Amino acid sequence: MSALEVVGTSKIFNQGTAKQVDALVDVNLTVKPGEFVSLIGPSGCGKSTLLRLIANLLEPTSGSVSVNKKTAAQARLDQDYGMAFQQAGLFDWRTVSKNIELPLELKGWDKDKREARAKEMLELVKLPEFADLYPWQLSGGMQQRIAIARALAAHPQLLLMDEPFGALDEMTREYMQGELLRICGETSTTVVFVTHSIPEAVYLSNRVVVMSPRPGRITSVIDVDLGSKRNEDTRAADGFFRSITAVREALRGTHAEHAAANAIRGVEDR
Amino acid sequence: MSGVDAASISARKVGRVRQIGPAIVFGVAFLALWESAVRGFDLKPYFLAAPSKIGEQFFKNFSRIWEASMVSGGNAFIGLVVGTVFGVAMSFILSRYRFLGELVTPLAIALNAIPIFVLVAILNNMYSITSEIPRRVMVTLVVYFIVLVNVAKGLTQVRSTHVELMRSYAASEFAILRKVRVPNAVPYLFTALKVAAPASVITAFVSEYFGGLQNGLGSRITSNIANSKNAAAWAYVLGACLLGLAFYIVSIILEGIARKGEAK
Repeated sequence: MSALEVVGTSKIFNQGTAKQVDALVDVNLTVKPGEFVSLIGPSGCGKSTLLRLIANLLEPTSGSVSVNKKTAAQARLDQDYGMAFQQAGLFDWRTVSKNIELPLELKGWDKDKREARAKEMLELVKLPEFADLYPWQLSGGMQQRIAIARALAAHPQLLLMDEPFGALDEMTREYMQGELLRICGETSTTVVFVTHSIPEAVYLSNRVVVMSPRPGRITSVIDVDLGSKRNEDTRAADGFFRSITAVREALRGTHAEHAAANAIRGVEDR
Repeated sequence: MSGVDAASISARKVGRVRQIGPAIVFGVAFLALWESAVRGFDLKPYFLAAPSKIGEQFFKNFSRIWEASMVSGGNAFIGLVVGTVFGVAMSFILSRYRFLGELVTPLAIALNAIPIFVLVAILNNMYSITSEIPRRVMVTLVVYFIVLVNVAKGLTQVRSTHVELMRSYAASEFAILRKVRVPNAVPYLFTALKVAAPASVITAFVSEYFGGLQNGLGSRITSNIANSKNAAAWAYVLGACLLGLAFYIVSIILEGIARKGEAK
């Protein structure tokens, strides 16, 4: 049983032209239900591309992506996943509550049901008193919590997140990480999470997928064994630091390899 | 609770006085300086009329100024409404069919590059001399381009996150238009109207300089100047100012109603 399966998938932009970019080459990834998986790597490693392939916002050049045993396209049509981006992407002309209701509106839910769900979601992200405010009246962290509430409003089993805490300050970021784990634990949601931050990936994940650029590919997958109950003490635990070191070394490997490849290319250019 | 409310209301009143107070002081001082310059340097009325004389003429001729304002204002209003409707309609078409935009944009730029008022002379030839249509067409054209350019921008320049989000919900193009593009374009429409409303008044009465009926503010200003009635001409100028201001204020009020609560 898998929540998500990516098999032999490649994505090549501008194929056959001078501007050809091998964004992803032969990627295989299986995610189990309820699992939290982070994608980490230097910019250009294709982690956001991989997320967009899973979301069916991009079509793979080859290979296959399936979500809940369906094609990615069908999963998108059925709204089987929720998505959150680096920018909260709330609509300024809608109240907080109406923002959360948007995916439900598109599913054709009636008003009472939508409002009840929005209320429930606001309770979940602990912002029930903000329903009738507009997004610009909220802080960045609150906006991102509303975006998570919106992504989970239709109760999808899968949550796709593209550096959702990237624009937040460190304190807010750590708080949000704790909240995300709590929310996903309560709703038993599977998460694929793109990040630049090693501690963030380790703190949140069951598995950290390390990627490398040119061409974008998965170089290693590191299991994080910190148990299912994580809290502020986790950040001081030995296991936490061991995993951080493991991820860092895996990333260094990709960097060293990348630098070597560049050096060789430099020689060839001459 | 009520004490707090009363305090906040009076604080708001003080704030408003502080906001408009300097403007009033400046206006009064400016008029006083003007008046004393005319009297002190004994400026002749054909050179510069005194504000007091202009005010006198304004109230003496008020009914005629009002009538002339209704004519110019009516032309401006009709042109504003028609131009806005066409501009909005065209911006929807252009945002849907991008290649049309590439065809129409150079034409729009070319039309904007010529001093557009000269078209009135041509339009006057097309219609009878007693027709208001050339002036209304002129206003329509000016408003049309202002609205078209701004609303088209509002419909197309939406945040990529919003579009990706809607696609992740499997939303149709029509749903994206209705829930993202149109609301995004609303502030752009009102920005356009704030520019177009005073421009419509200016266009309406400048159009009157090119002949046709002598019933609007523009033609009255010319005829009074021709008869050396300078103070009366200024009184009509004042009328024109107030008309333009009225259009502007209405556009701001409409914006306030349409964007209630979401202002930044």
